[in-house]
Amino acid sequence: MTGHHQALALLLFGVFVVITLAITTWVSRDRHGSAEEFYAGGRLFSPMENGFAIAGDYTSAASLLGVTGLIALFGYDGLLYVVGFLVAWLVVLFCVAELVRNCGRFTLADVVVARMRERPVRIAAGTSSVTVSVLYLVAQMVGAGSLVALLLGDTSEAARAWTVIGVGALMVIYVSLGGMRATTWIQIVKAVLLLGGTIALTVLVLLRFHGNIDALLRTAAERSGHGQAFLAPGLKYGGGWASRVDFISLGLALVLGTAGLPHILSRFYTVPTARAARRSVVWSVGLIGGFYLMAIVLGFGAAAVLGPDAVRESNSAGNTAVPLLARNLGGGADSTGGTVLFAVVAAIAFATILAVVAGITLAASASVAHDLYPSLRRRRVAPRSEVAVARIAAVAVGVVAITLGLLARDLNAAFLVGLAFAVSASANLPVLMYSLFWRGFTTRGAVWAVYGGLVPALGLVLLSPVVSGSPDSLFPAVDFQYFPLENPGIVSVPLGFLAGWLGTVTSAEPPDEAKHAETEVRSLTGAGAV
Amino acid sequence: MEKYEGRDPAPADVGASERPRYDDPWYDALASGWGETDGTGSPAPVVPPARQERTGDAAEVYLEVRRSEAFQEVRSRYRRFVIPGLALSLTWYVGYVVTAQTAPGLMARPVAGAVNVAMVAGIGQFLTTFLFTWAYARHARLRRDRAALDLRWNTQELTRGLRGGAR
Repeated sequence: MTGHHQALALLLFGVFVVITLAITTWVSRDRHGSAEEFYAGGRLFSPMENGFAIAGDYTSAASLLGVTGLIALFGYDGLLYVVGFLVAWLVVLFCVAELVRNCGRFTLADVVVARMRERPVRIAAGTSSVTVSVLYLVAQMVGAGSLVALLLGDTSEAARAWTVIGVGALMVIYVSLGGMRATTWIQIVKAVLLLGGTIALTVLVLLRFHGNIDALLRTAAERSGHGQAFLAPGLKYGGGWASRVDFISLGLALVLGTAGLPHILSRFYTVPTARAARRSVVWSVGLIGGFYLMAIVLGFGAAAVLGPDAVRESNSAGNTAVPLLARNLGGGADSTGGTVLFAVVAAIAFATILAVVAGITLAASASVAHDLYPSLRRRRVAPRSEVAVARIAAVAVGVVAITLGLLARDLNAAFLVGLAFAVSASANLPVLMYSLFWRGFTTRGAVWAVYGGLVPALGLVLLSPVVSGSPDSLFPAVDFQYFPLENPGIVSVPLGFLAGWLGTVTSAEPPDEAKHAETEVRSLTGAGAV
Repeated sequence: MEKYEGRDPAPADVGASERPRYDDPWYDALASGWGETDGTGSPAPVVPPARQERTGDAAEVYLEVRRSEAFQEVRSRYRRFVIPGLALSLTWYVGYVVTAQTAPGLMARPVAGAVNVAMVAGIGQFLTTFLFTWAYARHARLRRDRAALDLRWNTQELTRGLRGGAR
């Protein structure tokens, strides 16, 4: 990759950073400093704005680069992977968006504590939310580090480390100065850029094949060297039974985990009503679904135009498929069009990472300042100082994420994302579903549901081939691998639900009937919603 | 799936037309947004006359509202859509993933040109997700929103000034 690419990509990315920093200063010019303002942007975003922000929050660089690369290399199995990310939104739409908007204020714990004893539940739900956020954040940081190496051609360790530190510093500035308002606008800008870039590339791919999808698929299959097998499942996940069950486990985690992701839940508090929350999800399903459909075209397009060998040569995981495709579609490596398109795609990928990490950092800081800090401290904090705590928490989360991002730089980013979804599905979803829908749920059940999902999910990963016992492990020298799957979802999600049930039936205190009535009435009608 | 439009099986709200419209800044007017109908689907059932019970605390009010026919109707409409909808979509998704992992031969069967069963199923997942989203939003808008909003204001009216009630 030439210096030309680098300079232009850095310039475009610099423009994005300047614009987003301007947004941050502009929205924080007369801030009131209230918790409402900081965590929820004053709750006055429109469904369309929030829908774009959700799409911007959810479609990470892993989707743009990773998924397309997966399709370019393994064909249909990449598509199989993507479907779960979209179907997950049905769970969010049906069971979570409106009800959470009606019952909660800022975090997941708010919904649960309405029925329970506050302190233990806040500590439990806060801990699991922060865990999920940090895992997801580290995944994005690792992704950012490898992205700079891939796109700018600078593979030195120092360049990667400085990228991670730079991304971390920027996200802390956005979040601690601008709060939810700045974060939302950054996500909206990013979603527009991402969709615009994807639409342009998709049109170029389709033009190349004269709009003939069949010819596109045929060429992709021919060039892949796998023939028709390229268009059917099995090339990547079709190994032994462990690999197949592993994929089913991942699919389960994706579909159930989205509904428990703290940064997605917090987006529903930024609109005034449950009705607006529902309409934001409708918008985001349209945008996210459209984006993934185009990503599929781009993936097969990369296989057809470039061929998997060229993709693999640049990066063995296929992460550079889209930038390479963009360069080819623009007219090749030496043309102006190719240079510009490559730089645009690289800049969009960076913008994507920044927008996603800002959203997660904000959600994590809300969990720390709103759930953990007041529960772990004896003296209650006044609302004004809660925002101050949240700002400090954002800095702390940033520091932790940068440190872990540097330490974990050799871990696979896609694996970390899958793990974050699995923990979210095991620890956050059961407690949320039980509190909203189960009349007999008790405080002990809530605490057990969280820890009963969180501990097995993390424990099983420690015992999995990711950590030890295989050449690709974190510690290849030792072997304490007792669990064959990389993704714990298929075991830990049922365990989370089971633990919640067990904790409830063994608890001495009877469930609070009136509180359940309150949660039920409020969740479905919006009575008393803030 | 039930029909979306048409008259409401619940007792009709006799006072619906006379009742003053709530001037509510939090409620985005029905006409805003795309593809919106005017929400004429179903009149809202009324909350039982509990207005005289001005004593007691908010917990009593919530129990009372939950027992009311209007709330039971809203809840059962919600459940009658969400439970089958979720069961159907999750079964379809899990079935798709499991089939892809256990019967790749079936998935590789050609349908037309380069398109095979797997492609059709994968794109089908996208289309059914869009369809379910549309159906849910429409069902909620036409069958629940009105009644839920009435319940919301009535409940807030009842809990106002009570211990543990809404502000």
